[in-house]
Amino acid sequence: MRLLIEPVSETTLMIYLGERIDPGLASAIGELSGRLRQQLGRRLLEVVPSYTSILVEYDPLRCDVERLRAQISALAEQIDANIPQQPGRLIELPVYYHPEVAPDLEPLAGRLGISIDNLIARHSDPEYRVFAIGFAPGFAFLGEVDEQIAYPRHATPRARVMAGSVGIADRQTGVYPADLPGGWQIIGNSPFPLYRPGHSPATPFSVGDRVRFRPIDRERYRRAGGRPWHG
Amino acid sequence: MDEHAYCWANRLAGNAMDAPVVEISIGQACFEAQTDQLVALAGADLDARIDDQPCQPWQSYRLRAGQRLRLQRPLNGLRAYLAVAGGFAAPRAFDSVACVPRDRLGGIDGGPLKAGDLLPSPGCPSSPPGRRTPPRFIPDYRTPLRLRIIPGYQFAEFGEAARRALLESEYRITHKSDRMGCRLQGTPLPCTLPGVISEGIALGAIQIPPDGQPIILLRDRQTLGGYPKLGCVCRRDLSALAQRPPGTPLRFELIELGQASQEWLALERFFRE
Repeated sequence: MRLLIEPVSETTLMIYLGERIDPGLASAIGELSGRLRQQLGRRLLEVVPSYTSILVEYDPLRCDVERLRAQISALAEQIDANIPQQPGRLIELPVYYHPEVAPDLEPLAGRLGISIDNLIARHSDPEYRVFAIGFAPGFAFLGEVDEQIAYPRHATPRARVMAGSVGIADRQTGVYPADLPGGWQIIGNSPFPLYRPGHSPATPFSVGDRVRFRPIDRERYRRAGGRPWHG
Repeated sequence: MDEHAYCWANRLAGNAMDAPVVEISIGQACFEAQTDQLVALAGADLDARIDDQPCQPWQSYRLRAGQRLRLQRPLNGLRAYLAVAGGFAAPRAFDSVACVPRDRLGGIDGGPLKAGDLLPSPGCPSSPPGRRTPPRFIPDYRTPLRLRIIPGYQFAEFGEAARRALLESEYRITHKSDRMGCRLQGTPLPCTLPGVISEGIALGAIQIPPDGQPIILLRDRQTLGGYPKLGCVCRRDLSALAQRPPGTPLRFELIELGQASQEWLALERFFRE
């Protein structure tokens, strides 16, 4: 991979790995982030991967920029040389797709001119990649959504979107890990816990992971602790 | 928010650089010692008193059981740091006691301290009271504010006109500033890019949204962002910024990364070695 390493502050540098969002790149970013944390331990204070970059904050008393650059490049070369067979873990999220938990399911299907079943199938068939984690703890930006069901966010976000809500915004999809304000098109709900502060890890997602949505029925949803929509 | 004062409060109390302290903004706070304590105050002068006796910041004090430390109103600066010998004990979330109300993390119960909260500490004084910060290290927070910027991120995408405006005009801290970011008002800074692919935001990054009004991103900032950034305010100057109230004018200048790094390293060495 071609890296561009740029310091942005006394203790932070940016690693740019590409110029376009791409599932293969997400995998490489996930891999490099993981290895940085593993190899450099307490010399690093933060590793924040995103779609095409990784922010690295380091302890200036424990490492210097030039050595760090060299170590980052060396790790990247190692990854290139041993392209992993399994491109990231697979996480399966059970989703109950139904208007009683998802206020945009029917309206969105209507606007797209497709049946609800078709919308559900197009959303749950593909395997997605975790491109970034941000906005709120446990919120993973997943891509890319089938073009036929891509749709912009609401012009006015809802003041409250129920925890577990599965949404679409343009070519991305994601699940709200808690009750939060949000503008995404809500088409289902997953009872799977996505953010547990006391837990290690607090969230199941890492950049580069693969995600699938598995449709479940109302009974399974209720048994897993799922509730009807509250806004 | 004011890392420099935070470090000094701990040093005066005989603590490690990163021991938990209490940050008090503006004042209107009163603490009662439940047992004998060694405490230290640094940062803003909030017209502090121990019982009826005025006490200056940048010093350590003995508080006997039953005595009250009161912080009233800002006389110089905005935020004071109260350290106790041994550091305050508080439950950790993600290896920190810092309070982030938005995520309901840290603090005593995920929110700011309130009346009746008990703040335990080991209470074993490891340095004598009466320690003072040498005057040459004590900032005056009423002086004109100049923030030095390390150019970076998308600095190259800001044209000549924007760079001139940045370095030659005066900006003002607005009331819409908080621990997440300091929002400034002044000459808009146009960028040739409408945005960037969301990327990690370093502490002190200066983000320019579509309206061209700079936002300096601080401790409670989001981890990722897609607005263009022109670099970071150097770390030492973030402490000075944290002590200025809304309405304060400021000016920017550029600083070379090497020089900024040297200054920051010197501060880290001073407090950690």
